[in-house]
Amino acid sequence: MAPRVGVVVFPGTNCELDAAYALEHAGAEAVTLFHADTELKGVDGVIVPGGFAHGDYLRTGAIARFSPIMASVAEFAGRGGPVVGICNGFQVLCEAGLLPGALQKNAGLKFICRTVDLRVETTTTALTNALDAGAVLRIPINHFEGNYTCAPETLARLRDEDRIVVRYVDNPNGSVDSIAGVCSEGRNVVGLMPHPERAIEAVLGSADGAGMIASIVRAASVGVAS
Amino acid sequence: MARYEARIEVTHLPGILDPQGVTVERALPALGYTNVSHVRIGKSIRLEVDAADEGTARAQVEEMCERLLANPVIEAYEIHLAEFAG
Repeated sequence: MAPRVGVVVFPGTNCELDAAYALEHAGAEAVTLFHADTELKGVDGVIVPGGFAHGDYLRTGAIARFSPIMASVAEFAGRGGPVVGICNGFQVLCEAGLLPGALQKNAGLKFICRTVDLRVETTTTALTNALDAGAVLRIPINHFEGNYTCAPETLARLRDEDRIVVRYVDNPNGSVDSIAGVCSEGRNVVGLMPHPERAIEAVLGSADGAGMIASIVRAASVGVAS
Repeated sequence: MARYEARIEVTHLPGILDPQGVTVERALPALGYTNVSHVRIGKSIRLEVDAADEGTARAQVEEMCERLLANPVIEAYEIHLAEFAG
């Protein structure tokens, strides 16, 4: 049976259809999870897609993390369930404390919308298990606040524990250590600023994101001990 | 019960890049202000809170800062509290 992957929708989310399309394209069933819902409808994995949840008021992700659905997502993540935050979803997961660090405004103070090269640094995560370490992928970025930052102790820990999942080959936004994505201690929660769901077919300019979506689907099909 | 007015200043933690501050600092010399440094840009939040006394009000506002108003990973905050004059 196809694994079921939830796609969280907050007011202001705008990448949920792309994420759902990419999931279905990879053989999964996409299940919409509304922000006001409290249950995950038995999904095997969760994507928190991009957009401007709750208008990015106060800080990106600051209000979204208090949505009823987020308590269930945190509980699912705590049980080892695969959860991937893309762009604004990454910001939400950081605000929720499911991932370390924070995303601040790009160093050049410009909104950046272009395709960049991304290096896969580790393959034992919910986002990269179907990929090769060292692979360079062409994936679009589309953000104003993608400048990853964290305390020096946190950075040292992320490096020691091999939790930097993807790095920019050519740092576009000032992120510390060129970090484009990180994972949780359990490696089941991953956040990244680039949009793999927008690069799953050659007609979109790149199909390199397909391996990331396939990784999410694979992580979901492995299942979580509940 | 009294009403207290809180003014909360949220700024970047020292060591965290403040791109807006940097940009404004670079712009000011163009207007002739060549003696300006350490420009920092943050947020100012104002709110009123009803509490039994100032200590209770301050403790509550501090908690709000930790949980929502600031992100302690990248931001510092400063609370100025005064009894509401009306």
